Amino acid sequence: MSYLIDIILIAVGAALINNFVLYYFVGICPFIGVSRRVDMAFGMGCAVTFVISIAAFLSWTITTYVLMPGAPLSKWIAGFFVPADVAAKIDLTILSYIVYIFAIASSVQFVEMYVRKFYPPLYKSFGVFLPLITTNCAILFACLKIMGNIIGVDNPADAWDLGRSLTLAVFGGVGFTIAIVIMAGIREELDLCDIPKPFQGAAITLVVAGILAMAFMGFTGVDSGLQKALTSQAGASTAENKNADINVGMSKFIIENQPIDENIPKG
Amino acid sequence: MVDQPTPLERFVQGILPENPVYRQLLGLCPTLAVTNGMKAAVTMSCAVAFVLLCANVITSLIRNLLKPHLRIVIFTLTIATFVTIADRFLAAYMYQMSKTLGPYIPLIIVNCIIICRCEVCASKQSVLTAASDALGQSIGFALALSSIAAVREILGTGMFFGWRVLPISWPDWVIMVLPPGAFLTFGILLGTVNWIGSYRSEKSGNR
Repeated sequence: MSYLIDIILIAVGAALINNFVLYYFVGICPFIGVSRRVDMAFGMGCAVTFVISIAAFLSWTITTYVLMPGAPLSKWIAGFFVPADVAAKIDLTILSYIVYIFAIASSVQFVEMYVRKFYPPLYKSFGVFLPLITTNCAILFACLKIMGNIIGVDNPADAWDLGRSLTLAVFGGVGFTIAIVIMAGIREELDLCDIPKPFQGAAITLVVAGILAMAFMGFTGVDSGLQKALTSQAGASTAENKNADINVGMSKFIIENQPIDENIPKG
Repeated sequence: MVDQPTPLERFVQGILPENPVYRQLLGLCPTLAVTNGMKAAVTMSCAVAFVLLCANVITSLIRNLLKPHLRIVIFTLTIATFVTIADRFLAAYMYQMSKTLGPYIPLIIVNCIIICRCEVCASKQSVLTAASDALGQSIGFALALSSIAAVREILGTGMFFGWRVLPISWPDWVIMVLPPGAFLTFGILLGTVNWIGSYRSEKSGNR
């Protein structure tokens, strides 16, 4: 249950509250460049979401098994050359940027080849955008954020697992799609407006993005409210069930009180 | 065949006529993300200048060995190496600043300015030209970053480099240091620069 809450919070945070484009400013280049028409913007958003998930999977795997201090694979390989206690301390995090960018570039290349071979219509719809994605900051940013949540934590038990990392990546991509599609919709309307000449093109797009970012700031605080709502809901059912100890682990609680959920009226 | 610009021309071109941010709209992520204070903006410009200079020089040195289909990968890996150096340096000597800049230092790797300069200039020119081009572009980048950061910091907090320049009664425009302020400031500055540019060209055209 607490894991599910965690996932929901990460998803909402990545897609709406800390939107990749409007809060972290990553992926601005396609946001300005490819937001002229809604269908193109949607294609770009889908392509980014697709690649970002693959890159997140790769970076999580590489970080956990190769790069981080005491990672299994690097420990095993180093074990052939140095004593075991030295091998356990091998820390390859300094290589992380090079490894990530290489992983992203090659995965984009492979995805492009695979899609071109097996899904020609899909390739036609976002073929142009795929090579561009390598230099999209959003992808590398997601990888770095996942790395920060694996290596940067003090307690090894808090390190993110694959599920959390993928959630961040997929919903980060969804947030990017939302932002770029809204932007494209606004720009289609802007074509009909009489904009002062110096502001035509990128300048007015940025001003509109500023207003959009202001609107997205309205989501600030949704995560803490959501967390409170989700945990208090669980807490309320605890209160109803008098003999349940509050300190019982959440999962055990759910297994024990399975029938109670059926008594709660639906809707 | 057009005459190749001399190193000095390249240097001057980068500062204003071909300013990477205002004219070419490259490298917008750091431009918007780290400009809520002058200190962060200056540190970021220095990091980008270092990486751009080193990457341009290395690319120029190996330009005859490059294979066309592999060149982007080579550029990216070269850049990633120098970004790692810059990142470790900041973490060692300016820990607080590296915390503030956070993921935006590694994101220099995918900064379009550097890849663009490697591709357009360094892979075709001699070392001297490439280096002066890198210097010009990074000064232009620093100018653009500091102009945005100055507006945002002064209006948002009433301070400049941490010194108070506006009276204490100034109502801080908090929105300027928050993400929307970055978009608004840059949008309006970009429009202004375009306006000045078109005004100038009109004037010289009428003469």
